[in-house]
Amino acid sequence: MLRLITARLQQLVFVLFLLSAFTFLLMKLAPGDPVLTLLKIDQIAATQAEEAALRSQLGFDRPIHEQYASWIWGVLHLDLGDSYLAKRPVLEMLLERVPGTFQLALGGIAVMMAIAVPLGLLAAKYPGRLPDHLSRLLALIGSSVPSFWMGLLLIYAFSYKLNWLPTMGTGSFRHMILPSLTLGLAIAAVYARLLRAGLLDSLSQEYIRAARARGIAEWRVLTLHALRAALLPVVTVFGMSVGHLLAGTVVVEILFSWPGLGSLAVEAIFARDYPVIQGYVLLIGVFVVAVNLLVDLSYGWLDPRIRYEKGEAA
Amino acid sequence: MNTWHSIRQSPMTALGIALLTLLVFLTLFGPWIVPNDPLTVQMSERLQPPSWQYPFGTDHLGRCLFSRLVEGAQITLGLAAVVIVTVAVIGIPVGLLSGYVGGRLDTILMRIVDGAGALPEFVVAISVAGFLGPNLTNLLLSIVAIKWMGYARVVRSIVLSEREKEYVLAARVAGGSAWTVMRRHLIPQILSPVFVLAALDIGKIIMLIAMFSFLGLGAQPPTPEWGAMLNDGRPYFQTVPELMIYPGMAILLVVISCNLIADGLRDRLDVRSR
Repeated sequence: MLRLITARLQQLVFVLFLLSAFTFLLMKLAPGDPVLTLLKIDQIAATQAEEAALRSQLGFDRPIHEQYASWIWGVLHLDLGDSYLAKRPVLEMLLERVPGTFQLALGGIAVMMAIAVPLGLLAAKYPGRLPDHLSRLLALIGSSVPSFWMGLLLIYAFSYKLNWLPTMGTGSFRHMILPSLTLGLAIAAVYARLLRAGLLDSLSQEYIRAARARGIAEWRVLTLHALRAALLPVVTVFGMSVGHLLAGTVVVEILFSWPGLGSLAVEAIFARDYPVIQGYVLLIGVFVVAVNLLVDLSYGWLDPRIRYEKGEAA
Repeated sequence: MNTWHSIRQSPMTALGIALLTLLVFLTLFGPWIVPNDPLTVQMSERLQPPSWQYPFGTDHLGRCLFSRLVEGAQITLGLAAVVIVTVAVIGIPVGLLSGYVGGRLDTILMRIVDGAGALPEFVVAISVAGFLGPNLTNLLLSIVAIKWMGYARVVRSIVLSEREKEYVLAARVAGGSAWTVMRRHLIPQILSPVFVLAALDIGKIIMLIAMFSFLGLGAQPPTPEWGAMLNDGRPYFQTVPELMIYPGMAILLVVISCNLIADGLRDRLDVRSR
């Protein structure tokens, strides 16, 4: 287990290095001169001397590896630079938006669980019968509907036509409903199918027969004994698709004018506020890698066999 | 007789193939089918309801919605095809080399693939759009930059397991060059998993292109890309829901047919998705 964690941590560092080099390079390749951009925003007719002064102040006259080194030194000390437009530290701006995205992701996951778990259980309990076919159909549609279109349809139905729920803003539970549904519906179907497959697999195991033989109630066998083992593939896929979930939050934040990281990033792209984009990409990268580490660690808890046997299976 | 049998056996796959054939037909013959020019702006005809002249009505600039949708099929399927082919052309040789040659080359290549592959494609696409400008070319480039790695990984793993088998050894002992062994023995093994992966990916790629265009980070107006059309028409959905319903339906149909075909292929060729 310890070796697994060390190997994972090594990979984490390597991925973060790749990511930082990638964004740094893109930043350098970006069209437009950031020095001139900065001066233009200040509305000053800059002299050449001022321009050169700012250039050396920002370190742009040094060789590129030195620039990278000093930039990454800053990043490691949580200095992501200042936004071109807002003139505020990028980290501060990002952290302000984290709770919004986090709330949204939790809402989406809650919707996903509320649909996927019962549907998966039913489909596994009655394979080849109506609930199973229903879940298969829903999975097909769910994985084929564009989430942004789903959001538009929900807004049209529940806000415009029925006038039940608000289309934008935050604060109350009512504001959470449509964004969470948009995010959760899109991913629920896939997880229902995964759960079904996992449950069918674990239901055929010996320990389930043993549990049934002991006279444990069927629903307890399903939810307590079989479900735990069936969660393993679900958690794996969740780790792999956390990027997918985050992409979903970008769309939902834009659709519902939700103040989160995604909408901040898209605004920054249109405004060419490069430090903010860079900060966003780094933050998301760290998050995705960290989630995958947690997923690996959770295997040991979900499946005791892994804890003892596979020392370094990745 | 044979076709009928396949349809009976997997009706959903047949449905997918039928849908996709229809869409490919629209793509190829679209310019001769459409009743109006998809780009002509006519403010006097804006937001018209469906009629004989405009089968699905017109958008906020008086452009024929039906014609734009048909043109959009060409864009969507064309771009997805270009991306998939490019990705396969890069990924397959890299995977073959990495698996067959092995050694340090393999270590380095797989280090890169594992490291960069850990990044979600949307993060890469967002950074490329952010730094190099939000447009279709950059979006396609970033999708290719991430997607080829999946193919390299799959191909490599197959090569690794096949390389040690006796028929490959026999071919090598018989004096077959590396190229001959790859071409005659390894590539045929690789094709079906790659086809399944590609079929699954096409739906994802189409969705990604539409999503980024909807966010304004992909195809730009007046291009009649379906995601961009949805973004364009947003202010008018309340009064003219057709502007929202049809482009979304179009995306849904394309992605569903790709997914159905992918499922069918997977069952047929009996390969695991990973």
